[in-house]
Amino acid sequence: MAVTRARAPMRSPLGRVFGLGSAKEGVEHWWRQRMTGLALVPLVLWFVIAVIGLVGADRAAMVAWMHSPIPAMLMILLIVATFYHAALGLQVVIEDYIHGEGTRLTVLIVMRALCVLFVVRGVLAVLKLALAG
Amino acid sequence: MISDPRPLSPHLQIYRWQLTSVLSILHRMTGIALAVGAILLVSWLGAAADGPKSYATFQNFMGSWLGLLLLFSWSVALFYHLCNGIRHLWWDTGHGLELKSVYASGWTVVGATGALTILAWIVGLSQWVH
Repeated sequence: MAVTRARAPMRSPLGRVFGLGSAKEGVEHWWRQRMTGLALVPLVLWFVIAVIGLVGADRAAMVAWMHSPIPAMLMILLIVATFYHAALGLQVVIEDYIHGEGTRLTVLIVMRALCVLFVVRGVLAVLKLALAG
Repeated sequence: MISDPRPLSPHLQIYRWQLTSVLSILHRMTGIALAVGAILLVSWLGAAADGPKSYATFQNFMGSWLGLLLLFSWSVALFYHLCNGIRHLWWDTGHGLELKSVYASGWTVVGATGALTILAWIVGLSQWVH
């Protein structure tokens, strides 16, 4: 089709500048998935090594470990990054396989609520152990 | 009802799996499993914070066959998702997207997952025995 026709552009100049596309979110979801994933690489490696070090240890050793500032800090970061990453990933799975609008929205809300719940539970537990006198 | 059964596509009995698609499906499956497994992490921290009794209950469960099986599956899923996640991040920079590289990195992920799992459990179990 070599015929060039003067046509009104489908997207407004402002829309093009925003670059958010029809979903109005742009690449935000994709980018957050990558950034949380990237953060989780060192966090997971730290976690695995730390947990192997705690194998066979009693509660006192575990509590003492969470009482130290750096493990407590890394653990909170791990919890937040894990559930953030999980919520983004599960969202894609839910959107792929659940087709009914109402069901999909319900499952998405429940999934997000559970993720928030587990983050709060985990962070509170770490804070309790970290700040205990 | 299907009165004349016609062949499925892909024909599941003779379907030749490809490493690429299998690893892709596994990434999603381990991701879902790890989301569930993360509840285990929170339960562990919660049990420790709640007190010695809760922690003993949690430790007893993790020491049981079911607990150990869960922990082992969790570790495999974690190492796989970690290695394949790094592979994905590498792809996102525009590298390694030729078919040959995709297969090479795929087998590397399989090997690394096995090696990391075995290493973690050897070190972990030797720690347990002591």
